Amino acid sequence: MRRAEIITAGLMALLSIYLMYKSTELDIGYVRGEGPGGGFWPFWLAAGMLISCVWIAINWVLRKSPPSQSDEEYLDSYGLRMLLLVGGGVTGFIALCHILGFYGAILVFLIYYIRFLGRHTWPATLAIAIGTPIVTFLFFDIAMRIVLPKGYLEPLFLPLYDFFF
Amino acid sequence: MEVLGLLMDGVFIALDPLNILLMLVGVALGLFIGAMPGLGSVNGVAILLPATFLVPPASAMIFLAAIYYGAMYGGAISSITLGIPGASTAVATTFDGRPLALKGRADLALVTAAIASFVGGSVANILFTLFAPPLASVALDFGDPEIFALMLLAFATFVGLGGDDIPKTLFSIFFGLVMAAVGLDIMTGEPRLIFGDITGFMHGINFLVLAIGIYGIGEMLWTIDTTRGNLTMTEAVLSIDRILQSCKESMRSWKGTAIGSFLGFFVGILPAAGATPGSLMAYGVTKMVSKNPKEFGKGHVGGVAAPEAANNSASTGAMLPMLTLGIPGSPTTAILLGGMVIWGLQPGPLLFQTQTEFVWGLIGSFYISNLFALLVNLAFIPLFIWMLKMPFTILAPMIFVLSVVGGYAATQDMHDVWLMLIFGVGAYLLRKLDYPVAPAVLAIVLGPIAEPKLRQSLLFSNGDPMIFLTRPIAGPITVIAIILILLPLLKLIRDKFKASKAESQA
Amino acid sequence: MAISRRHILGMAGALSIGTMVAGMPGTAAAWEPTKPIDFIIMAGKGGGADKMARLMQAIVEQEKMASKPLVPVNKSGGSGAEALIAAKGANDPDHTIMVTLNSFFTTPLRQPKLGIDIMTFAPVGRMAEDTFLLWVHKDSGIKTFEEFLAKVKAEGNKWVMGGTGKAQEDELLTEYLNINYGLKIKYVPYKGGGTVAKQLAGKHINSSVNNPSEALGFYESGDVVPLVSFTAERLPLFPDVPTLKEKGQDFAYGMQRAVVGAPGMSDDALKYYQDLFAKVYASEKWQKYRKDKSLFGDELKGEPLKAYWDAQRERHRKMLTDMGAIK
Repeated sequence: MRRAEIITAGLMALLSIYLMYKSTELDIGYVRGEGPGGGFWPFWLAAGMLISCVWIAINWVLRKSPPSQSDEEYLDSYGLRMLLLVGGGVTGFIALCHILGFYGAILVFLIYYIRFLGRHTWPATLAIAIGTPIVTFLFFDIAMRIVLPKGYLEPLFLPLYDFFF
Repeated sequence: MEVLGLLMDGVFIALDPLNILLMLVGVALGLFIGAMPGLGSVNGVAILLPATFLVPPASAMIFLAAIYYGAMYGGAISSITLGIPGASTAVATTFDGRPLALKGRADLALVTAAIASFVGGSVANILFTLFAPPLASVALDFGDPEIFALMLLAFATFVGLGGDDIPKTLFSIFFGLVMAAVGLDIMTGEPRLIFGDITGFMHGINFLVLAIGIYGIGEMLWTIDTTRGNLTMTEAVLSIDRILQSCKESMRSWKGTAIGSFLGFFVGILPAAGATPGSLMAYGVTKMVSKNPKEFGKGHVGGVAAPEAANNSASTGAMLPMLTLGIPGSPTTAILLGGMVIWGLQPGPLLFQTQTEFVWGLIGSFYISNLFALLVNLAFIPLFIWMLKMPFTILAPMIFVLSVVGGYAATQDMHDVWLMLIFGVGAYLLRKLDYPVAPAVLAIVLGPIAEPKLRQSLLFSNGDPMIFLTRPIAGPITVIAIILILLPLLKLIRDKFKASKAESQA
Repeated sequence: MAISRRHILGMAGALSIGTMVAGMPGTAAAWEPTKPIDFIIMAGKGGGADKMARLMQAIVEQEKMASKPLVPVNKSGGSGAEALIAAKGANDPDHTIMVTLNSFFTTPLRQPKLGIDIMTFAPVGRMAEDTFLLWVHKDSGIKTFEEFLAKVKAEGNKWVMGGTGKAQEDELLTEYLNINYGLKIKYVPYKGGGTVAKQLAGKHINSSVNNPSEALGFYESGDVVPLVSFTAERLPLFPDVPTLKEKGQDFAYGMQRAVVGAPGMSDDALKYYQDLFAKVYASEKWQKYRKDKSLFGDELKGEPLKAYWDAQRERHRKMLTDMGAIK
């Protein structure tokens, strides 16, 4: 935890510097007679982020904040495994949305999570995994007219459109 | 009283069978739209606008207003049960609603939210009925410096919101404010912080992308990690007794409800502000005046009541400038205005005189819709509690699915779904190190209002910041805001001083 | 409501239909959309362009003019750059159309990096041209354009004009006044025309160049006064308001409200949308809206519309160069 605290503060400081650098694309100064320029707000607030990071680092040196005193592991083996399985699962889910579209991806993701992570029975898994995309389709595509991307499964939906509209 | 006569006529119009049906359908639809993360009253009203051509304008408006109302009730549902704010107006509801649900008191939180919403809506309706025209001129008097001062005040009420770690709280606020600057700089018309011309950043970072990322994805990862996958949410028991008891308990939060009802209304009538700052300020103020401010954020009913009363109250308030002046007080009323134009009504200062039936029919419907929304909401509470009883390994993936779909629906751009994932994982990793996340969400809501107002004001004054202190309305608000910001700092220094004194004595 | 009925129908039918996925039912002679049509709006929710787009959508829906719904998507980022890029990169140009305004001309000129050639867009139809007037608050005491000029000259750079966006229509008009009358009006950009109208009514700004639809409410209540219109002829709604032309300037400026198809749209699809929007244009509702809001600009489509775009683009190039927004 102690090491993670300073590494994170360092990374966040780098992010702040990057944001400050990007803000300089616009005027970061105080234009006479007009007030702040276009880059003023993000630049100085990103500078505020940087100062906060320095402050966090000082607290780390002084061992003032709880994480800087803790010897606990930042990500223990359970946390890491969870992050890979669950976080990775969600990442895969979003990636699949590009290929199978939302509805296909929801089906695959729910089967993965409920059956393989949750170890529920196949009937329960399939009922939810198939039911959810159907309800979502009816709610979003049909009722709310928010057409979610279909990816390569688009042709399958054309007859549904003909039916509903 | 003339007003009462007009109101009675209005209620009578609203009680037409067609209108009653529309109100019922409207509040029920609104409830679900509001409860769905990523969809808020704006989407609901925009999407259903074309459907309203089948009925007369007054009925159409009543229907859309009912959706607006319902959505304000609904936002609380996902905030409490899922921990994801259904709309920006319900962010503050998550702060205490979610902890209550985790303690097994989801019923209490939901009942409190419903009752507070009802009270907030009712107070706003009465204020609306009695004082609409004079309040309209107040709304006109609020120019850019006044709105900026108000935003400053909103921030000030939140100084105490973060955790105990001051630099981390500041970091979170600054981060949110910088993210709010992404997109287009409206003052120069130049793209800003779009990171190598990535198209997806051009529309800026939608509040919902950050909020769903943090509260949907980040919160789930956090929960799974800290509970080792076995979330033992104290089971929410469901019975009539329990609900009645909750009703009684929620009465204890009357202070929050009262603050929310009045504050929300006044912030709501100010153009450009709307329900979100209103609910956030109500939360902040309630916490500030509470005897036990430490309990806020850990499941205090007042923390649910205040923002919920405020967002309903503000949504009625936002209708005021719309009907009296023809200017929108919130994004949703902007769409409603569009609807009025489409129906051939001319919104503006004369609407009250030329379209008496329309206006008073609508006002009458506010009272009835509000009651319907309360009843529909209470009727659905068992369903939402039942949802919470699902095994966590089923609830969790469903929340992920809702987050991803909601993240897409908000802006209809895959770019934002990826961004949401990054925010979510980032929030989880930072939260492990005690970085508070709520201030960032707050900042991204208030930032896009505050910055242009600051710069427009300074453009007026030729760059002279004294404009915020010398104007009759902006001045006092700015002063109060500055005092509120400095107060905790002074207190901190005093405490430090005392502590060191005590140490040296010991 | 129609929605809820559909919903119930849907619940019953979804499963059975889902299984009979067969491909397209019969091939009709004319092109027809096979899925919901992306209807990109080049502006945010609640603005003038958005209102108009949603009115068109409502007319199409109500009169059942199209077999598939138009699905409005607001893409307001980068003064319309986001919408232009989305349309250009549409993976199904036959199902992607867009409502445009004058940022259709100005944004590609100001941001050449986007690589947008507006001539590649399909000319579906110009539905109207919105008009501009110069407004002041009644308490300013100004009644005529001449008084306005005198007062503004006297105020120097203290006179504030509010408008929508930067280097867009409102500022172009302000700059035009500054250049041609030797004025020093200060321009303050706001997010939308409704806000500008409110700022004027609240006397936070001194003047505006709102569209009639934006200022009509405060005009009817007598709070704001129109001084001059930027049109070729007087507006029927404001018969007493002179045009800038009558004041000796050969100048008229309008805002296009046109529907365009994504680049790469097939000719058959273009024909379909041209016919669809011709029907919308002719509809009673649209004509009434045009009249109520004092809109100009007859229907244009196909080659004449493209010629109009070309002329507008060159004109905006000149205006932007004059004000120093582009080189």
